[in-house]
Amino acid sequence: MTAVADAPAQEIGRSRTRKEDQHLITGRTTWTDNIQIAGMLHLAILRSPMAHARIVSIDTTEAAARPGVIAVLTGADVADIQGTVPCAWPVTPDMVNPGHPSLAVTQVNHVGEAVAVVAARSKAEAQDALEAIDVDYEQLDPVLDMEAAVADGATLVHPNTTSNKSFTWAFESGAAGTGAPIEAALADAEVTVHRRFIQQRLIPAFMEPRSTVVEPIGDGVTIHSATQIPHIMRLMMALTLGIPEHKVRVIAPDVGGGFGGKIPVTPEEIITTMVARKLGRPCKFTESRSESIMSAHHGRDQIQDITITAKRDGTVTGLDVHLYADMGAYLRLVTPGVPVLGAFMFNAIYKFPAYRFVCDGVFTTKTPTDAYRGAGRPEATFAIERIMDELAVELGMDPMELRRKNWIKHEEFPFTTVCGLTYDSGNYEAATDKALALIGWDDLRAEQAKRRADNDPVQLGLGISTFTEMCGLAPSRVLGSLSYGAGGWEHAAIRMLPSGKVEVITGASAHGQGHETAFSQIVADRLGVAFEDIEIMHGDTAISHKGLDTYGSRSLAVGGMAIVRAADKVIEKARKIAAHLLEANEDDLEFSGGQFGVKGAPGSTIGIGDIALATFAAHNLPDGVEPSLDSDATYDPENFSFPHGTHLCAVDVDTETGMVTIRKYVCVDDVGTPINPLIVEGQVHGGLAQGIAQALFEEAIYDDNGNLTTGTFIDYTLPSAADLPSFVTDRTETPATSNPLGVKGVGEAGTIASTPAVVNAVIDALRPLGVKDVRMPCTPERVWRAIQEAQA
Amino acid sequence: MIPASFDYTRPSSVAEAVSAIGEAGEDAKVLAGGQSLIPVLRLRLSAPTTLIDIARIPELQGVTDDGDAILIGAMTTHHEVMRNALVCEHAPLIAQATATVADPQVRHRGTFGGALVHADPAGDLGAVALAMNCEFVAQGPAGERRIRAADFFVDYLTTALSADELLTAIRVPKTPAGWSTHYEKFNRVAQAWAIVGVAAMVRRENGSIAEARIGLTNMGTTPLRAAAAEQALAGVDVSAGAIAAASSHAAEGTHAPSDLSGQADYREHLARVLTRRAVLTAVGV
Repeated sequence: MTAVADAPAQEIGRSRTRKEDQHLITGRTTWTDNIQIAGMLHLAILRSPMAHARIVSIDTTEAAARPGVIAVLTGADVADIQGTVPCAWPVTPDMVNPGHPSLAVTQVNHVGEAVAVVAARSKAEAQDALEAIDVDYEQLDPVLDMEAAVADGATLVHPNTTSNKSFTWAFESGAAGTGAPIEAALADAEVTVHRRFIQQRLIPAFMEPRSTVVEPIGDGVTIHSATQIPHIMRLMMALTLGIPEHKVRVIAPDVGGGFGGKIPVTPEEIITTMVARKLGRPCKFTESRSESIMSAHHGRDQIQDITITAKRDGTVTGLDVHLYADMGAYLRLVTPGVPVLGAFMFNAIYKFPAYRFVCDGVFTTKTPTDAYRGAGRPEATFAIERIMDELAVELGMDPMELRRKNWIKHEEFPFTTVCGLTYDSGNYEAATDKALALIGWDDLRAEQAKRRADNDPVQLGLGISTFTEMCGLAPSRVLGSLSYGAGGWEHAAIRMLPSGKVEVITGASAHGQGHETAFSQIVADRLGVAFEDIEIMHGDTAISHKGLDTYGSRSLAVGGMAIVRAADKVIEKARKIAAHLLEANEDDLEFSGGQFGVKGAPGSTIGIGDIALATFAAHNLPDGVEPSLDSDATYDPENFSFPHGTHLCAVDVDTETGMVTIRKYVCVDDVGTPINPLIVEGQVHGGLAQGIAQALFEEAIYDDNGNLTTGTFIDYTLPSAADLPSFVTDRTETPATSNPLGVKGVGEAGTIASTPAVVNAVIDALRPLGVKDVRMPCTPERVWRAIQEAQA
Repeated sequence: MIPASFDYTRPSSVAEAVSAIGEAGEDAKVLAGGQSLIPVLRLRLSAPTTLIDIARIPELQGVTDDGDAILIGAMTTHHEVMRNALVCEHAPLIAQATATVADPQVRHRGTFGGALVHADPAGDLGAVALAMNCEFVAQGPAGERRIRAADFFVDYLTTALSADELLTAIRVPKTPAGWSTHYEKFNRVAQAWAIVGVAAMVRRENGSIAEARIGLTNMGTTPLRAAAAEQALAGVDVSAGAIAAASSHAAEGTHAPSDLSGQADYREHLARVLTRRAVLTAVGV
């Protein structure tokens, strides 16, 4: 037996650099596009230059004759086998889903839609051949404006529908029994404020373009793809293409970012699989950045009509929300569910007695939308945090005072909200007080007053966002009540190897989050083994046979808990063997630091690694015990988790040019117990960059013909580190009571919280000039025009 | 994406390059630093038959002293230009404006001559070349000629260079004592093109502005001089009020574009504000 090692130091709470970073950052790894298979063909996809048109004819003769070309396929060639790109979230029983061909057959409904595919011996030959395909289109009117799209007599996006409305999803607290009737709140309001906010369209812009390599093997198929959802894809690909599920293996190799952008099963994945099976050859498709921008799904794009009611003393009495949510041309995996997820977050941290939410999902001739970092929750948080500021102005109250008056106090948890969610824990007072002190709020307010008095051309604005979000997607029964097509559990397995090393298999497949490090820290503490002795395996359905993948800040709160349960099962079995080997009673054993010891008998111990070896040798096991030390666990959360925090932003606004510069950004997040504070900080920084980008920089813009004019990174303005301030981040730690780890999730917090903090700051700077709102992104030109209009 | 196929040649001297340009005909393109051309090729917006790569021609590299001027080789990278001692001493406006071009990666590959000959009106260096009265040195089959900056920029992405000519160097008059300069760039994010930029050269004499030269970036199909503002500035006191009043003429005679980065009226407004700021900064007020 091996020597007894010292118990390792506590791993949970330790700021470790990530074990996966070296291969990810150097790129010496299996990015999908790095995969080479003998005999592999390369695909190129011809995309529609039209927003809305009938396909009259496609002539592929010349393209098929080009050098190196093996096949050219159009939608007509695969119409019988391609099925429809799956949507797993029929949010209402009468939701209209017109179907989503991977390759357009009779009509194109957005610029960038796939029309034909070329398979060639090289990527260059495939791309050259695209230019020889001749498509004759009959142009139709584009459908671009959501309100016009649902008006009488509007051009229909899809000829097989009677309206451009896909669904109306509604919730009302009086009817649901979770609160008072909204109509009474509206009728009795002492103060009513209404605003319309526009959530612009955003492009997820993950770093690694989407890429898929499909290997047909026998009557089965192995799909390597840069996806967030290998497990869901396996099932969906089986259902879509009629391949028996057990003949489909999906591998998500290292994946370079997703932000929700790699959540759906994509047309390109289906096309690559169809072509590979049809030709019996491995095929690779890797998109260009231009293709990614126009054909990978977009995010946000809502018109939000928000009405808030209150008493004169500032007590909120009701919130009435109507959304138009742009589905784009088609429904992808969770397209309709994104705004519905937001429905539960508009009331945020506040005690609204009455609430109504109505969302119309609308088809347009634009790229489909789907989940983008935060998915429904950033939209909701923006609306409530913006209108709280507007209400404060209407009441003549300090915006933070208004929030304090209405938020759930720390002693009131657990608290059941007006939409029926039970927030388990939180301390909004603590996070807010810390943030106010860190930014030097009172000094900034004094400086602001001085600059206003001096008529300084550069005005100072202060913005607040006191937010919460629902993470840890999700209790399966809740998803069932929302008509989602799957559950919200996660699976884990642990395999103790004879040498004492540990393999951990998780269904939560990472695409940059740091799972391998954080999960290793959890297992190290739980099993008392060294961090370095743990291997986290994921992203291959042949290794991780079940799982529900990575999105919605679920990996730690759900996937991490599955790992804890699996570890506990290993310990449970090891305890039986330890008792046998130590000739002690199981009940007399204690397990600590990887060692089983007999209570009251120091020196009589055995390590878990030695027990693993004992199960391998199997020379001396208790009767009836199988020779293995492995476990499986599937964890279904009982509740969501609810991270929260207070984000404060100070901006300088140059009133001559309209330029907004963030001077200071402070956030205090409460994500529960941090497993790895360094990863938490990294997630917050990245999230802030994306949330600030929505406030100030990014917008996908279509012209009047439905062309995406922001088709490159020259026109789609992504900020870089040079455009962002040095963030001041801090935490409060109120452990979640809904899971034993006390974790809440952090993947989306920065994105959700930051957008309204920045816009509130911009408006705060300009309010003395008469400006009440600026559409996002608050570009210098928009800010300048808002000032001109207010002064006119 | 992958560019359409093309022939590639890499001459090792200016003479070889000029004959290669002549032989390749009008569908050839000269490849300098590639920071504009390669994206255009990859997007398949252009499909030249031949690329003539001038990266390895020693005569096109570096900065030399030429008496009352400095000569900047067309293939000198932005990174080299902004750090070059001759440029920093005799043409600080060029050093300062070059430091605002795109991002460090682009500045390490992109070239001074390449950016100017691409003649994108949103590029920063055209306005500077105009304000500094630079001369463009071109080599063709018939020999060398010099083109004044005022004559060089003909139209959008179009210069006075003939199809058979190669830009070899830019002759930059040394900024004389008594002049002060500033480049004021306005863009949304660090690596973006200028929405508007203003290159200002100002000569002070006895507490007033004796002479001003103002170059404008992205206020028309070519870089422009703000002639009305230059006239208005000449002779005014070095005071914030007087400079502001004179700068209010900065957009006169311009033809600002309207695009995703800004409508024409906003650009005109910016030209006035930025001219004022550029001049004030140049004179240290």
